[in-house]
Amino acid sequence: MSTQHVLLGLLAGGARHGYELKRAHDARLPRARPLAFGQVYATLARLQRDGLVVPAGQERDGGPDRTAYALTDEGRAALEHWLSTVEPPVPYVASTLFAKVVVALLAADVDRARAYLTAQRRAHTARLRELTAVKTAPSATLDDVVAADFAIAHLDADLRWLHTTLDRVADWHREVHS
Amino acid sequence: MTHLEARGVVKAYGRTPALGGVTLDVAEGEIVAVTGPSGCGKSTLLHCLAGILRPDAGEVTWRGARIDTWSEAARSRLRRTEFGVLFQFGQLVAELTAAENVALPLLLAGTGRREARTAALTWLDRLGVAEVADVRPGEMSGGQQQRCATARALITEPRVLFADEPTGALDTLAGEQVLTQLVRLAREQRTTVVLVTHEPRIAAYADREVMLRDGLVDHTGLGLDTPLAGGHR
Repeated sequence: MSTQHVLLGLLAGGARHGYELKRAHDARLPRARPLAFGQVYATLARLQRDGLVVPAGQERDGGPDRTAYALTDEGRAALEHWLSTVEPPVPYVASTLFAKVVVALLAADVDRARAYLTAQRRAHTARLRELTAVKTAPSATLDDVVAADFAIAHLDADLRWLHTTLDRVADWHREVHS
Repeated sequence: MTHLEARGVVKAYGRTPALGGVTLDVAEGEIVAVTGPSGCGKSTLLHCLAGILRPDAGEVTWRGARIDTWSEAARSRLRRTEFGVLFQFGQLVAELTAAENVALPLLLAGTGRREARTAALTWLDRLGVAEVADVRPGEMSGGQQQRCATARALITEPRVLFADEPTGALDTLAGEQVLTQLVRLAREQRTTVVLVTHEPRIAAYADREVMLRDGLVDHTGLGLDTPLAGGHR
């Protein structure tokens, strides 16, 4: 994920300082890893260097200096460009999940591959349940629901693949070793 | 406490085996998902538990009473009073409005027309489809129809709800809305739910998942038939 572009997006509504950006990031993307302050300031410094944001005044209310940042025209254009660029629909063939099953089949036997698939299915199912609990909790906000949906859809796709592959693993092993 | 129990249930259709001796305990108020690939016997198990089908061998007990030996009339009465059933589609009577459909189980049980309609309107509202009360199924969306069918299955406040692929004919969002409401209402009423589905994301709403494979419970290292930490009761 591009933290730079997410910060540009959060600045689109007006100037904000680093602390506000961090808060907004963590609230809007609740399933992403929370942003560290260091990362916020390092990213802002890079954006400023590239002319995409500029300092827009300081706020001082008894605490440390808080520099607010605002988008420049170049920053707005970069954001527009990012938002209008379609992500390649990456087939997840390079994922670790897939690689592990292939390696298990190559280096071990069907039982090993099946044991891995079964254990992975259990881990995926446990996570799917956790996320379902998050999104169906009475306190869930629409942010939580939409973020959980995204993760659930991907886990669900993996699970379908795990189920199907469990059924295919014996035939596959024969083919790999023929 | 075990509420509903299958013990060594065997069922075949002619010479085709469907269940090869399934044992399953369901506790009161529990929501259990029965999953597995097509043809694994999950719908047959649901039909046996609900008293719709009679097993060839084994026992089905409900609150300690063996129901698989009961007459068809007695099992049918059980399904009208203590059990509710919800299928994938084709359950609403096309000639009746939503409210009339939902009121049907109460009317069959002898409740007065006005009282049954009032209850039906309450249940349609609980499922978020009050606006279709006087609409016939043909003019409703699939999601609205399934919510009406859910209202009809719950209006008698059954002790057990049997749901066979209740979201199978719906798109993701509509299916989710049906299931979220179904699970919420079941928990409020402490209704036990046996939910048959082939979809992992639907099974994730349950407290526990039991996987069938070739007519048997699949215990091979899945461990999903015990509640997981992520269960949300």
